[in-house]
Amino acid sequence: MSMFGTVFFIAGACFSVAFAMGTVSSSNPLRAALCLLGYIVSLAGIYLSLSAELMAAIQLLVYAGAVVVLFIFTIMLLGPSAKEEIAEYNSDSAGQAYGSKAIIFAFVAMITLTLAGGVVGYRRYLPAVCPSGNPDCGFGGVEAVGASLFQKAAVPFELVSITLLVAIVGAIAVAKGRTLEEKQAFSNKKSLEEEKKKQANEKAKLLSEEVAAYEGH
Amino acid sequence: MEIQIGHYLALAALLFGIGVAGFFLRRNILIQLMSIELMLNAANLVFISFNRWMPENHLGQTYSFFVIAIAAAEAAVGLAIVISFFRLNKHVDSEKASLLKN
Repeated sequence: MSMFGTVFFIAGACFSVAFAMGTVSSSNPLRAALCLLGYIVSLAGIYLSLSAELMAAIQLLVYAGAVVVLFIFTIMLLGPSAKEEIAEYNSDSAGQAYGSKAIIFAFVAMITLTLAGGVVGYRRYLPAVCPSGNPDCGFGGVEAVGASLFQKAAVPFELVSITLLVAIVGAIAVAKGRTLEEKQAFSNKKSLEEEKKKQANEKAKLLSEEVAAYEGH
Repeated sequence: MEIQIGHYLALAALLFGIGVAGFFLRRNILIQLMSIELMLNAANLVFISFNRWMPENHLGQTYSFFVIAIAAAEAAVGLAIVISFFRLNKHVDSEKASLLKN
């Protein structure tokens, strides 16, 4: 690796560690999710420095495009109670403003870094690694990784699709569960129905007794 | 300074440690799930950096592909559990999640 590679690695490492600390330490889950996004993008940059282009693209697509959005949907759905402690939260709004500005600056810097790695031609500075004697083997590209995936891991690949399907069905089944009030209302309704049935039974009994008495008479 | 595989492994270990710390120290289930994602990503970094220094095949990147798929499934199921937990308890504090305790 060249000098550029060294600088690139150090910058990516600093960004990823800083964003990981932000994810773990922020009290607002929304800010934690944004820090997670920054961590994921900086890791994609590090993957680029490792000549793993396809994995960097998948990282951005799956994590930044799907997982983080899912997290943010959930946080928005839960509303203010997603935060841990509200009292501690409202204490310093000035510090919060600085914090959000710092996050925005870090984002811009990190995206610039990733673009610097990916677009400005990292191939020139971080030459692709190849087994000796083959200068252009396409290490880490779509073709090479796809060939490896479908030649050596075709069955696990198909199993992963089943796993994802089961996860989707499981997620729906878990998230559709009843709340406590609904459960209580359901059991109340059930007991009401049972009482009605009991009353109807008693009425029928009385009626049949009366009929028997009348017939006996 | 020449960046070698050791640097990448040290970075991955550091990131994994941050994820472990977040998982054990925080009480917010959402942030604990994010810490799990941090740890999975650190493991991915190890796979891909080993693959970079053993470029004869792409097994490391294939593995990390599967790790990403499993992580996506895990996030979907985990967040569904968080939503269901929240509907029952009106909070997301894992310290107070004691339904299955004892």
